[in-house]
Amino acid sequence: MEDTLLIDAVERFVNGEMSVEEKIYFEDLRKKNPELDQAVVEHIFFINQFQKHNNTRSYITIIHDVKAQLSQDGLIVSKNHKAPAKIIQLWKKSKRTIAVAASIAGIVSIFIASIVSVSTRKETNIKPLVEKLNQVENKNLQIEKKVNKLEAENANSAPAIVLKGEAKFRATGFMIDPANKLIVTNAHVANEARNGLIIENNKGVQFIAKAVFVDVEKDLAIIQVTDEHFKKMSPLPYSIKRNPANLGEHVFMLGYPKQEVVYGEGYISAKNGYQMDTIYCQLSTAANEGSSGSPVVNSGGEVVGIVTSTETNAQGVVYAIKSANIYKALEEVKKMPDYTNSRINSNNSMKGIDRVNQIKKLEEYVFMIKGN
Amino acid sequence: MTNIEQERILLEGLAKEDKSSIERIYRDNYKMVQNFVVNNNGSTDDAADIFQEAMIVLYEKSVSGSFELNCQLKTFIYSVTRRLWLKKLQQMQRYQPSNVEIEDTVAVDEDIEQHEKNHNDFQLMEMAMTKIGEPCKSLLDAYYLQKKSMQEIATDFGYTNADNAKTQKYKCLVRLKKLFFAQYKNLE
Repeated sequence: MEDTLLIDAVERFVNGEMSVEEKIYFEDLRKKNPELDQAVVEHIFFINQFQKHNNTRSYITIIHDVKAQLSQDGLIVSKNHKAPAKIIQLWKKSKRTIAVAASIAGIVSIFIASIVSVSTRKETNIKPLVEKLNQVENKNLQIEKKVNKLEAENANSAPAIVLKGEAKFRATGFMIDPANKLIVTNAHVANEARNGLIIENNKGVQFIAKAVFVDVEKDLAIIQVTDEHFKKMSPLPYSIKRNPANLGEHVFMLGYPKQEVVYGEGYISAKNGYQMDTIYCQLSTAANEGSSGSPVVNSGGEVVGIVTSTETNAQGVVYAIKSANIYKALEEVKKMPDYTNSRINSNNSMKGIDRVNQIKKLEEYVFMIKGN
Repeated sequence: MTNIEQERILLEGLAKEDKSSIERIYRDNYKMVQNFVVNNNGSTDDAADIFQEAMIVLYEKSVSGSFELNCQLKTFIYSVTRRLWLKKLQQMQRYQPSNVEIEDTVAVDEDIEQHEKNHNDFQLMEMAMTKIGEPCKSLLDAYYLQKKSMQEIATDFGYTNADNAKTQKYKCLVRLKKLFFAQYKNLE
């Protein structure tokens, strides 16, 4: 209550509502009591701020009125004209730069086009053959596959992994059978290894592995971790889809294009791969060297494919082997005496959880694959 | 009437929040500012924002009472908007325009500095006012801005007597002060 009285007194003082004696008494009190003086000063300052604030506010309201009227009169250009004005401005500002850039781009593209036309001449011979083969479809499937493989080697579709200088390479693979420690990756990865294979988990620990099954045609390989230090892992958090992924389905990838695991996102942009190759599907995403063998996972936590290659003359086009081929490869593996009990064992724990947690689970089952 | 006198009258009108003065200043200067902003990497919207800010600078100066225009109003507005816009460009880290003409501008750094301080105070008060909410806002408004008596306020707000209204007003004021000064002192 003391403070109420104080503010009351201060206000009466400021407003000049005090009697002469009261005023003298109050001023005397102010001189003797610095706290009171401080309170008076602060109060005056604050009320001043308060009123100033209100004035500025009402002034701004009037400005808004004026502005509204002036934009009706056309003096002030309204928001609707913003975009074109900006573009025109941009154009005005940088037309010289753009002209130079355009001419450089023109020269470069002519140059590249000529190189491409020279280098793809071989391939143009193959193209019509493929289309014919497609008409006869299944009967000639084997020939078609070979043709596709030829094309892949020939020109546009280059493996995403490239040998490093010291005859070493790095790629990606992921677990399909924790019980038997089987990892799937690309055939071109497994074949790259002359002396031996090493896998590295997300914690940077390395283990020795060996190739069990290599299908060059499908570009699929199954390798086994032979290192005794490799701890047995719990069932897969993801399932592996038997049916093809849907067009437009959003997918993500985890791989080792560099020394640490890298996350990528994209969508299924076509149901078939390069020149209608039915083993593959097409993704729209970015993939770098080293992404070969990365799992392609949909939002439901199902593996739908394995990243294999990227088209060199179109950006963001990546091909992945359809996941159903993993089952086919595993069937082949089962025929081998030591691997008869191989199977894909999943607890599906990546289903219905958010992306970040899915990645956390998946990360442990994705490995860097190295060799020399 | 000379130009100087005309402009003095305009500024007086501005201090009184006179709509026609505001409109006059807009009509006389807006195109110039828009051209400047648009020619220096800005949009027409940026121009409208910058001009409004310059109008607030003018207002603040004209209500402060100490405003003596020692150049043409146009030159002053040009200098202020130019300064404000270049500052904004810097903040947005768009590149500094290289072709900013060295035209005759007047020194406005102090004005801009003062304006920034005012702007800050304005934001603080705005924030504090939003936080105290109703009925505090209206209560303080009625007393300090509309200068209503406590008796009137008690009737308007449905308090049993003037003393109750006073206590309520006191509580609101303390809260508002607290909110305002908490931030204000942080900035000091």
